Amino acid sequence: MIAYMLCLVLFCLGVYGALAKRNVIKIVLGLAIAECAVNLMFVLIAYRVHGSAPILPRVAEGGAPVMVDPLPHALVLTAIVIGLATTALMVALAMRIYQQYGTYDISEIRELKG
Amino acid sequence: MIALYTILVVMIIGAVIAIEARDLLSAVIAVGTVGLGLSLAALVAKAPDVAITQLVVEIISVVILIRATIRIGLPRSTHGSTPLLGVVALVFGIAVLVVGARVFSEIPPLGAPHMRVSETYVAEGLEDTGAVNVVSAILLDFRGYDTLGEATVLFAAVMGVLAVARPVGRRKTRTEPNHANK
Repeated sequence: MIAYMLCLVLFCLGVYGALAKRNVIKIVLGLAIAECAVNLMFVLIAYRVHGSAPILPRVAEGGAPVMVDPLPHALVLTAIVIGLATTALMVALAMRIYQQYGTYDISEIRELKG
Repeated sequence: MIALYTILVVMIIGAVIAIEARDLLSAVIAVGTVGLGLSLAALVAKAPDVAITQLVVEIISVVILIRATIRIGLPRSTHGSTPLLGVVALVFGIAVLVVGARVFSEIPPLGAPHMRVSETYVAEGLEDTGAVNVVSAILLDFRGYDTLGEATVLFAAVMGVLAVARPVGRRKTRTEPNHANK
């Protein structure tokens, strides 16, 4: 419960950074932090006390082995790679904005619009 | 579980520094702290696949972000948030935390997940797929279409980066007809 709340605090910090900051790079960083928080939430939901890592033991014993939930791990792996791709796209757009306007400040960019 | 809480607190401190730092390079490095904290937390929570992937991805993304900030000789971050904005953010943050507390009291507590779907995967994964690692069995076999979609999104994003980041100029296409005329 406390760990989930800390995750939510991290997510709120990321959303605050994405909404309140005027620097384009800061917005990208805020979104990256929010994404990290969501992935962490999934990993924590999958955690099981006294469970092993989701790798089957060499000798199959009777009954299913006690391990952490492997399904969120698979989903988080997908989300991490997609997060890298979106971050790279956002950074490319930010650098193009800098080339065009010479600044990272979105309020100045808005004023420069004709 | 003390290690997990410590890592979470370090991640939150790193996020605060990343958002409030004036210097962009410091902010990017602080975001690296957050990502590596996620890697460590995944290791503590028995998710080695996630930990390895997150480590590699975080290093790559920090390199990309540093490339964007260092190119312009350490620009100063513009920090212009009005005081009213801070009050609104605080009110909304508290509201979200209250609602989140209600929601988190409904879902299963930390350390006791419902595993209705993954029970099948764990029990039959070895016979069906032959993979000892259940995560790779799910990723590449049970939910292979999911991974295909991931590859599609990755391809689209790489195409977008190439389209946006390529140098401007149609000089080549414009000069080619001249050569043809000569």
